[in-house]
Formats: sequence, C-alpha cells, structure tokens
Amino acid sequence: MNLTYLSKKLFHSLITLFIVITINFFLFRIMPGDPFAMIAKAANLSAEYKEELSALYGYNQPFPIQYVKYLRQLINLDFGMSFKYRKPVMDILGNRLMATLSLAFIAQILAIGLGTLLGTISAAFRGKKIDVASLGLALFIYSIPAFWLGIVLVSLFSVKFGSLPLNGMVVAGMDHASTWIYIKDVARHLILPVITLGLAITGGYTIIMRGSLLDVLTEDYIVTARAKGYKRKDIVIKHALPNAMLPMVTVIAINFGFMIGGAIQTETVFSWPGIGRLVYEALMARDYPILQGAFLIISITVIVANFIADILYGYLDPRIKYD
Amino acid sequence: MSSKNNRKKVMKKGFLRFVDTFKGNKMGVLGFYIIVFFVVVAFFGPLVYQYDPQSFGMGGLIDPPTKGFPLGTDDMGRDILGALIYGAKVSLMIGVFATLISVGIGTFIGVVSGFAGGKTDSILMRFTDGFMVLPKLPLIMILAAFLGSSTRNIIIVLGLTSWTGTARLVRSQTLSIKERPFIERAISVGAGRGYIMTRHILPNVFPLVFSNTILVTATAILTETTLSFLGLGNPMIPSWGQILRGAFTSGAVSLGAWWFYLPAGLCVIFLVLGFTFLGYSFDEILNPKLRRR
Repeated sequence: MNLTYLSKKLFHSLITLFIVITINFFLFRIMPGDPFAMIAKAANLSAEYKEELSALYGYNQPFPIQYVKYLRQLINLDFGMSFKYRKPVMDILGNRLMATLSLAFIAQILAIGLGTLLGTISAAFRGKKIDVASLGLALFIYSIPAFWLGIVLVSLFSVKFGSLPLNGMVVAGMDHASTWIYIKDVARHLILPVITLGLAITGGYTIIMRGSLLDVLTEDYIVTARAKGYKRKDIVIKHALPNAMLPMVTVIAINFGFMIGGAIQTETVFSWPGIGRLVYEALMARDYPILQGAFLIISITVIVANFIADILYGYLDPRIKYD
Repeated sequence: MSSKNNRKKVMKKGFLRFVDTFKGNKMGVLGFYIIVFFVVVAFFGPLVYQYDPQSFGMGGLIDPPTKGFPLGTDDMGRDILGALIYGAKVSLMIGVFATLISVGIGTFIGVVSGFAGGKTDSILMRFTDGFMVLPKLPLIMILAAFLGSSTRNIIIVLGLTSWTGTARLVRSQTLSIKERPFIERAISVGAGRGYIMTRHILPNVFPLVFSNTILVTATAILTETTLSFLGLGNPMIPSWGQILRGAFTSGAVSLGAWWFYLPAGLCVIFLVLGFTFLGYSFDEILNPKLRRR
C-alpha cells in the first residue's frame, strides 16, 4: 500500500466528515419548526426567557457566525447540554456508545459467520435446490423488519418459555456479588438482541458473499485448479473463498450505517441502553442537543469504520496500488 | 419514419425476449404474484370488506379472533383484518411514490455525472459518497420528526434519502454507453448534450434502473414500517407499522396476543419479499455482470 492511496482515502473521509458536520448544523437550524422555537413553545416560557435561551445557544446570530461557533464547540468536544437530562451531551453519549458497540460487535461476528456460510453454500451449488433454498432464506431474512423479529423472539423465548429476560442489560435491582456474575447476567440479556441485530444484517451479507464467490469461481486460476484435479470442496474453500472474502471487508464497513438502523430498532424493543435507544428517546422528548450529538457520533463512527475498511482493503489486495 | 418503426420493433423484440427469460425465473414469477396479490387486496379489499379507521371500540380491547373480527381487535377495539387491508394500500403507495422520487434524483445525478465527466463528475460523486455513508435511519427519523409525519412528508423524506445507490449504478452505466460509436455519431451529426442524455443515454440505462427501482421500493416499504413503529408515522392512517406499534406499546406481546403482531409482520415480510424476489431476478436477467458465463 502506498502513501498516495492512503492520503486520497483520508481526504475522502474528511470531505464526508465535512458534509456530515454541515448537514448536522443546518438540519437543526433551518428546518420548519426549528428545535429552539419548539422547545420554547412546549415549555410555555416567557418572552424574556426565550431571548435569554436564544442568546445562550447562539440562535439569534447570523448563520456564518453560528457555524464558526459550532465548529469551535465541536473541536472542544462540546455538544451542548441535554434538555432532558440537564447534563453535557458528551457525558451521556460515551456510555451509550459503548453499550451499542458491544452489542453491534457480537452481532456483526454472528452475521459475518452465518452470511459467509449461507453465501458459500449457495454459490458452490449454483442453480441446485440447495442454492435456491439458501438464497431464498437469505432474502426472507432480509425482508424481516428487525423490530418485528425482536418482538417475535421476545414472545417466544421470554413470554412463552420464560427462559430469557424480556429486556434491559442486567436484572433491575440485582446485587451482583462478583464481576463474573455481572458478566453472566449481561450475557443472558445479550442473547436475544444479538440474534435480532445479527439476523437483520445476515441477509445482505449472504447475497454479497454469493455474488462475490460466483465471480471468483469463473476466474482462470480456478479453471486451472480444476484441470489439475483438485477436489471441488478444496477449490471452493481453499482457492476461491479467500479472494471472495475481499469485497466483504468493504461491505461490512458500508453496512455499519445500515446496522445503526437495526440497532435503533433492536435497542427500542429490548430497552438496551445504547445509542439507538437514546436516539429514540431523544426524539420522543424532542431533546435536540442529544439528537444532534448522537447523529454526529454515529456518523463519525461510520466514517472511521469506512476509512479502516479502505486501509484494510488496500493492505489485503495488492492490486489496489495501481488504482 | 421507417427508422422509428424499426426501433419500435427492436424494442418489442427485446421486451418479448425479456418476458421469456423472466418466465423461467421461478423466484421472480413468485415475487410478481405476491405483489399482484397485495395490489388486488389493496384496491378491491375495501370494496368487499367494510372498515372504518375511526371505528374505535367496535369490539373489545385486544380480543382474540371471533366471527365478527376474523383477526381479533387492537388496543382501541378496532378490527385488525380491516386495518391490514387498509394498510396494504398505504404501504404500496408510500413505497411506489418514494421510489419514483428516489429513482428520479438518482438517475438525474448519475446521467449528468457520467456524461459530463471531469470536475462535475468528481464533485457529484464525492457528494454521493458522503451521503451514502450517512446512517440512513437516524437521518430519516430526524427529518420526519422535523417536517411532521404526514404521508406526503414521509414519501418525500424516504425519496430524498435513498437515491445514492441508483446514482452510482446509473453513472457507471452511462460511462460505458458514452463510449459506444452511436453516441459519437450523434455528436458528429450535431446533437446537443440534453438531446443525447434524454434520447440516447436514458433509454439505454433504463433496464438497469428498472431492476434497481424494485429493490428501492422494497427498502422504502420496510423503512416506512419501521418509522411508523417508532412513532414517526402518520397516526391518523392505519398502516402495518402503526398496528405493530400499537401491539408493542399496549403490551400485546406480553399478553401473547399473536393476532395483534403476527399477521401485520407477515404482511410486511411478504410484500417486501415480493419486491425483493422480483428485483433480484430482474437484476439477474438484465445486469450483464451477473449473467452466467
């Protein structure tokens, strides 16, 4: 991998970051029913207090000045105060992000494993019944709304069989005697949300994996391997799969944004105290500083994930140098 | 005049060949029938089965299926089967109109970007890439909350946020068509840019746009259901997402009231699946990259 490639990708990431920051700025200022007017109206505040609030948040200045001020605040990691919690947004976001990332990480592993497996089976038996079955299954999973899957899992495993917790991250009010007991409690609470979020993204991975493997299987070196008399199974797993996995790296990164959507639904159904649930709650309470901060943090996470994927891709695929 | 007739003949032949190939694609045919089923239900269902969305308290609250209410009642005593039939139209309408907006924007940006090339191309594509990375659902939720959740606004929001895939696809297709001899000929004869884009490039990117369109519809329907479930839909109109929200917030899940959340969820899955099957099979037939080598 060379420096030109790296700096080009870094430059692209910075442009995206700039677009995100700018959209974030305007979204919360020029929309009809701007957040400030709404909160002032909702709280039945006096005109003087409105003025005071307006000055405090800087809403009474011209846009360019507001924008520069906003940028300066961002550099200082100052996302403002939450209307609802009366705490700095940054303090709230940190913990929430961790809860979401741990959920997302395990779900991601589950989805990559399952997606690769289904996609490989499908491609290896192209046109056979097993291909139709696994592709059909993948498209079916793809069509299920994540929140609905969560509801059905809860109705089965929590309500009907009563074997898994309904929601939350730990049993409320439980005194965890040791770290081990705490971890076990969290793990039990993680099972259903992980399955929900994992399956929500498995369908997409299967389809990509199948397409990618089908592509690789037509290449010359595979024909050569076949002519040499290697077993079909070895050709698919040892020769084709490593190369077919390459596009998955990019897809996993691009999927990060899609996954956040799944996380919002999953966390809402299971009351998982992550950033997705925070977005939902903030929207219900019209807590705009939280929303703005959460949207920015989520976007930055996605941009960083994409950047890492680009670097990884350049490292894994030497051909990219000549791009 | 004869060249026009000739062109029509060629197009007709191409279309017939496409239909022939499509008939052999079981997945696509199944998807087609699923969609036809929901369209029929959406348009003829209300004529056969009477339902008034404002009919609160017609039955008991969250009652299991009975003769009068074949799929039970919701938390406000309304008939669930009626709401499902009504919801089919809402989902189809939002899906189709949001797709039209999205595909319109995507095709426009894609054709202009691919045909103009140079600076215009790189600016448009940087913007598209930047937009593509944005987490869609939070963005859609925020936009829907600000604009207010009338059906029209939801259609606009969904359309404005889902054009990036189409734009990229159309651009790459435009780039390859641009290099073909007949474009060169048109330019040398003196055809203007607008003429070439609308008369030569657009008809040629159309097949690919078409298959992409159907997949966009599937996503739009899924997203609309999610929005309604999260309380950002139009509460005045019963949609499948609205039913599922009612089931979730009223605790129907803990009550084991399956009739409240299973049928609505299955409706969403099968309609989305219908569009996905159809779009996927069109893609296999029309996308030269996917054709069996």
